[in-house]
Amino acid sequence: MSVRGRSKTTALTSVVALSLLLAACGGDDTSGESDGETTGSEGTAGSSEIDCSLYEQFGDLSGTSVSTYASIVTPESEAYEAAFVPFEDCTGVDVRGEWSKEFEAQIVVRVQSGNPPDIALFPQPGLLQTVVNDTGKVLPVFPETEAVVDENFSEDWKAYGTVNGTYYGFPNSSNSKSFVWYSPGAFADAGYEVPETWEDLLALSDQIVADNPDGDVKPWCAGISSGDATGWPVTDWIEDKMLRDQGAEYYDQWVAHEVPFNAPESVEVWDAVGSILRNEDYVNGGFGNVQTIASTTFQDGGLPILDGACYMYKMASFYAANWPEGTTVAEDGDVFAFYFPANEGADEKPVLVGSEFIAAFDDRPEVRAFTTYLASADYANLRAKEGFGFVSANQNLDVANVESPISKLAAEQFQDPAALIRFDGADLMPGEVGSGAFWREATAWIAEGKDTKAVLDAIESSWP
Amino acid sequence: MSGIKAPEQVDASSAGAKVSSSSTPISYTALAVGVFMILVFVGVVGLVVASFFNAVPEISWPSFLVDSNTTVKKLSLMVFVVALFIGVMALLLLLVDSRKRVPNWTVAITFVGPALAALLLGLIWPGISTIIQSFYGRSPWADSERSEFVGFDNFATLFTTPEFQVVLRNTLIWVIVVPLVAVALGLIYAVLIDRTRGEAFSKGLIFLPMAISLVGASIIWRFIYEYRSPARPQIGLANQLLVWVGLEPYQFLLNSPLNTLFLILVMIWIQTGFAMTIISAAIKAIPDDIIEAARLDGVSGMRMFRYVTIPSIRPALLVVWVTITMTTLKVFDIVRTMTGGNFQTSVVANEFYTQSFRQFNFGLGAALAVLLFVIVIPVVVYQVRQLRLSEEIR
Repeated sequence: MSVRGRSKTTALTSVVALSLLLAACGGDDTSGESDGETTGSEGTAGSSEIDCSLYEQFGDLSGTSVSTYASIVTPESEAYEAAFVPFEDCTGVDVRGEWSKEFEAQIVVRVQSGNPPDIALFPQPGLLQTVVNDTGKVLPVFPETEAVVDENFSEDWKAYGTVNGTYYGFPNSSNSKSFVWYSPGAFADAGYEVPETWEDLLALSDQIVADNPDGDVKPWCAGISSGDATGWPVTDWIEDKMLRDQGAEYYDQWVAHEVPFNAPESVEVWDAVGSILRNEDYVNGGFGNVQTIASTTFQDGGLPILDGACYMYKMASFYAANWPEGTTVAEDGDVFAFYFPANEGADEKPVLVGSEFIAAFDDRPEVRAFTTYLASADYANLRAKEGFGFVSANQNLDVANVESPISKLAAEQFQDPAALIRFDGADLMPGEVGSGAFWREATAWIAEGKDTKAVLDAIESSWP
Repeated sequence: MSGIKAPEQVDASSAGAKVSSSSTPISYTALAVGVFMILVFVGVVGLVVASFFNAVPEISWPSFLVDSNTTVKKLSLMVFVVALFIGVMALLLLLVDSRKRVPNWTVAITFVGPALAALLLGLIWPGISTIIQSFYGRSPWADSERSEFVGFDNFATLFTTPEFQVVLRNTLIWVIVVPLVAVALGLIYAVLIDRTRGEAFSKGLIFLPMAISLVGASIIWRFIYEYRSPARPQIGLANQLLVWVGLEPYQFLLNSPLNTLFLILVMIWIQTGFAMTIISAAIKAIPDDIIEAARLDGVSGMRMFRYVTIPSIRPALLVVWVTITMTTLKVFDIVRTMTGGNFQTSVVANEFYTQSFRQFNFGLGAALAVLLFVIVIPVVVYQVRQLRLSEEIR
């Protein structure tokens, strides 16, 4: 009898508990898998911002949905969702964003196990290459989308999204790596000028060493630690210098492994980079000796500029997000970046870039429509207005829409006719090299003082 | 046997009497447990229901089941799940009431079935599939054109490439040093503080690190090891100590091969508390008559420790040793958090993750996992045998 009585009580409590639980779950639903309708109210005005007629060719899409998977997380993902709203208003497609930091580890597993997203934003083309080669499930860019890509992006950019001769991905947000961060105020106080050539850059470095004889303040600071990606900032140095010293043609051959990784030309480039990164007089301001570069995270690497312990830090445009709150990033602010200079007498402006790439896994009209939107100038401009360092290589991006001064500078570099744009080589090399031996050996080069030739031989032998 | 157990039984029955006289607190606990179980049940059922309706989109489910994004839809979903719950409960109660005899095998399957199914799905099948994958190239489960059978090539790579030899060497160092030092320290500490004043406090001090997650501990120790140039103020405790005694600051995490030992120190810091707790309990369980008899025979100090304490707590020492060995073999968090496997500090578990989920070399990753599995087997076999032996003695 007493058992019966108790079961009634439990049943009652369970109903109460249940409603609480469901309420909690309901709350989760909206924040986890966010859909357009929640942000729809502010976006209704947006439908007039973009050209809806572009999507009429895909038929009536209302009530359909497209899932998007990316390594971007809040608050940055909110900027993307806001930029998707006008498209949702035009077509009635519900874009479901799935934002996860585990993207890089998960995407291959998801695709292999038959649960791919409709669209993925690959943080770098090397990963796109891996997924194409290892799974074969990525779809070539849809013809409607490709037509829009052709209107908006230069031919070079198509090459970076091409794997084994098929065009799979087009760029989302891009960044320029050819930047050196500095403090305009510190430069002005010491009477230094922004160097225009590589020779000027070395002269300035020597000048700073001479002006600070006690060795407490160094010209350069650096940090290459980045969890299991430790070493990647060194590859940016090497690539930038390779492009300047050996020219674009050699660079392309180097990336495609048509010339050996340990060729004498490569050794020269590494030694040139080593003349800064492995020079005890030049580095590592605020942290210590050369070795400390390997133990300093790239996020922390540039911070000594703020307290005057170093003057320069070479890092991509996205580093703007790493300065502590209250730091003004502008030409007349606390910190800014100058173009990593070309060699004396060079008539081109080599620019090293990195980019995210968009690729699709499912062929439905709404997916075609959405990728077409993402390739459009409308999207590039709307997304740029939302900020978070977004710059697109889209030629029809209006630089005025780009939010921050540093992103504007990057956008101008992309659109500069004199610019010689090349993509981050490590991202284009096979994973064993580009995100394996290259990083690992570059780290040993810095941390253990490993001999340059030995480093290059080791990377060469890792090539599959 | 029964003669010895008798006093306990008396104790138990008197405790039972006490409980029944003040029954309210117990039934509240039972109620709380019940409510908790129901919460878990409803959560699981809710998830299953939701994913089921999402998984079969061909059938046009009512929209509140698939996509409940308004309050009304959420309430409908709630009512639906409550109804489902009541239905299931009613069915169960009905079954209980219909006092018909059910055959024994149904009862057995009801109880053992779910556990067996979970083991099969969650342990045995993934295990077998990993072993199969370890004989394949980069992407073992892709279509036949991309998956490539490579035989023992992956294992050959592991044992012949210098970088993987470093990984194996490090794992070996970990597995030898951590249990040895942690058990030794735990034993010494347990003996030293046994029956002293403030024993609980001293135990708490050593046991506290156990409460910190491995990642948390790693972050703490990374700060302790943090290096700044001699010219600048140190922010890491270890280097500040070096500077205070007049030495140069040292790159604890960078200089191989000593850096592996500094990572091992973190694991020892955590595991010593565990070893100490178990060993201390074992020491307290040594019957007083044995100790007294030994005293009467004139044994004391080191000889007491060597000839009485150690033999008496041998089973506990073994359990601690084996447990720490297995934890150490699987170590991943410390290496990944503190060095990312760089500077020649990687171990098998970390390399397995890197190969599988960074290099997407799933075949090689699976081979590393299998290797780890093979190394753990003898340890587990040894423990099971020792457990059997000690049961026979009893």
